[in-house]
Amino acid sequence: MKLRRIVIFTTVCLFSLGFLVSPALAFKVGAVFSVTGRTSFLGDPEKKTAVMVAEQINAAGGINGEKLELIVYDSEGDATKANLAVKKLITQDKVSVVIGPSLSGTSMAVVPLAAKYKTPLISCAASYKITWDKEKGTARKWVFKTPQTDTMAVDAIYSALKQKGISKIAIMSVTSGFGASGRGELIRLAPEYGMTIMADEKYGPKDTDMTVQLTKIKGLAPKAIVNWSVGPTQVVVLRNWRDLGMKSIPFYQSHGFGSRKNIELAAGAAEGVFCPLGAVNIAELLTPYDTQYAVAQRYLKDYKAKYNEPLSSFGGHAWDALHMAAQALASVGDDKAKIRDYLENNIKGFVGQHGVFFYSPDDHIGLDKAAFRMVVVRDGDWALAD
Amino acid sequence: METITPAGQLFQYLITGITVGSIYAMVAVGFNIIYNVTEIINFAQGEFVMLGGLVMVSLHVGMGLPLIAAFPATMIIVTLVGMLLDRLAISPIRRPTVLSLIIATIAASILLKGTAMFIWGKDPYDLPAFSGRNPITFLGAVIQPQYFWVIGFLIITVIVLTLFFEKTILGKAMSACADNPDAASLVGINVKQMILLSFALSAAIGAVAGIVVTPISLMEYDRGAMLAVKGFGAAVLGGLGSFPGAVIGGLILGAIESLGAGLISSGYKDAFALIVLMFVLFYKPSGIFGDIEVSKIKRF
Repeated sequence: MKLRRIVIFTTVCLFSLGFLVSPALAFKVGAVFSVTGRTSFLGDPEKKTAVMVAEQINAAGGINGEKLELIVYDSEGDATKANLAVKKLITQDKVSVVIGPSLSGTSMAVVPLAAKYKTPLISCAASYKITWDKEKGTARKWVFKTPQTDTMAVDAIYSALKQKGISKIAIMSVTSGFGASGRGELIRLAPEYGMTIMADEKYGPKDTDMTVQLTKIKGLAPKAIVNWSVGPTQVVVLRNWRDLGMKSIPFYQSHGFGSRKNIELAAGAAEGVFCPLGAVNIAELLTPYDTQYAVAQRYLKDYKAKYNEPLSSFGGHAWDALHMAAQALASVGDDKAKIRDYLENNIKGFVGQHGVFFYSPDDHIGLDKAAFRMVVVRDGDWALAD
Repeated sequence: METITPAGQLFQYLITGITVGSIYAMVAVGFNIIYNVTEIINFAQGEFVMLGGLVMVSLHVGMGLPLIAAFPATMIIVTLVGMLLDRLAISPIRRPTVLSLIIATIAASILLKGTAMFIWGKDPYDLPAFSGRNPITFLGAVIQPQYFWVIGFLIITVIVLTLFFEKTILGKAMSACADNPDAASLVGINVKQMILLSFALSAAIGAVAGIVVTPISLMEYDRGAMLAVKGFGAAVLGGLGSFPGAVIGGLILGAIESLGAGLISSGYKDAFALIVLMFVLFYKPSGIFGDIEVSKIKRF
């Protein structure tokens, strides 16, 4: 009997303690990233960055003296898990704003939740569909995003080609979501820039060799090649391009090429290859007069010091999202509707890792093609292309 | 700018197709060795290829072993993995049916893939080409020196295996297990040991395929499955269990993929190979070199 009483007493005590502690003493921000699984190359640096940014904000005295509490869940790149995680963040953890998920697919799966629970969501995924409601023809009220879109990368590449007077191009793409989406934009925007697509070649994400596709392109003699892929194929295609003696045809990679690891893997074949990248990828190359110089330099230094690993540009998306959320919390407090209004109306010229953001009621992406710098591989490293 | 003639293009498609096909053929040969002795399809065959490439990268690039030492060392390590696979997953199954054994190999392939992800991470790895990366121009086509290594090793593998199965007692004992395991054990052949040997042999061949293809295509932890699918296609096309069939099947599959992608459309590359496979199976269900009478008495 005595034992039972003790048990009941302890339980009651613990519960009341829980109630005493529970009132929010901190600003709560939720985050959902694909930290593990196939797409952990996105989620892992995003999580590390978000944790680092939260620590920095708290070390500097928090937001208006209040602590910033970051709650991170792992979606494993799975739409269902992302959906459950966001639901839990909003209904149980009672966060004021959610950042993430990392993928376009998982982001689309949680977009309805943001509207249902009237909670602002800042996605870290690429597709413009995340913030744009095609049926209504308006931006989704509660959803914002930080990464550049495929459209901007295509805009940047086509502008560079046009400047060089090139109009006859061949495009290559991998048959994955990333490649298909980029290919769609390449074809859609071609007439706008006066581009003639002479060849439209594809390959599988696990293909061993792209010599065949390039041989076909070689026969058509275009003035430039634009390739859209991620993973090992974007390296193999460069080697084949070099081996086939096609270096006289300029090669443009998508922004998916933005890792020094790829230059290294290409074993010299990447020399002279162009690609559009955000400022965060090339922090060392920026001049001190650059708007993004200070933020990019600081992020690079802090990340390397804390995690002792090379900076991944994907982490920059989380940096941008969390800093914007923190700025909104500092200005209007933890009222969700006010945070949303602040993001939409007051993020004007926010200097982030991937560009300078201008949100508006019609534009919840906030960037344009200026967020990309055209970069060329020179002596095994990035250099600004002129 | 260099131009290329249509004939040169055609030759380039063929040579690339044959190289890729050689890899499929080596995977198919690996399938056949195990199939011949046990009548099961080893779904972890692609994982042997992946392991071959990655272990080689670790030994050759990571630890700095010379090529000539790293090559056999990699083969030995992967062979041991193959033998462990048999001892830990295949041989302990109490009442082996073809289906339960195949499911065990699927489990093993997932396990191997997961382990490789833990050891090497998700990034692709590169291996220096065996004899440099200066391409050779021949009849208007550009040939990477590594292509010759791939094709050469396929030829060596086929010759060694043919000699082994036709000239040595051990090889004949393995063939006997394939024909009739009960009769084989009656004449004193240790069937369990033959199965172990078949796993060792296919793992070794998988390792060779992985080592020679990595300088061309890079290697990462999850490439095994795709190679296994293509290799299985090649084995079925040539006739399951037939070594000449595996080689011809692999080369045909590679050439069709390459020519289809080059001449018609690269988007449907995989479809061309499958369409040809379906047609062959429609007219000759046992494959090009398969024997319909033999396949009737097989359990699978």
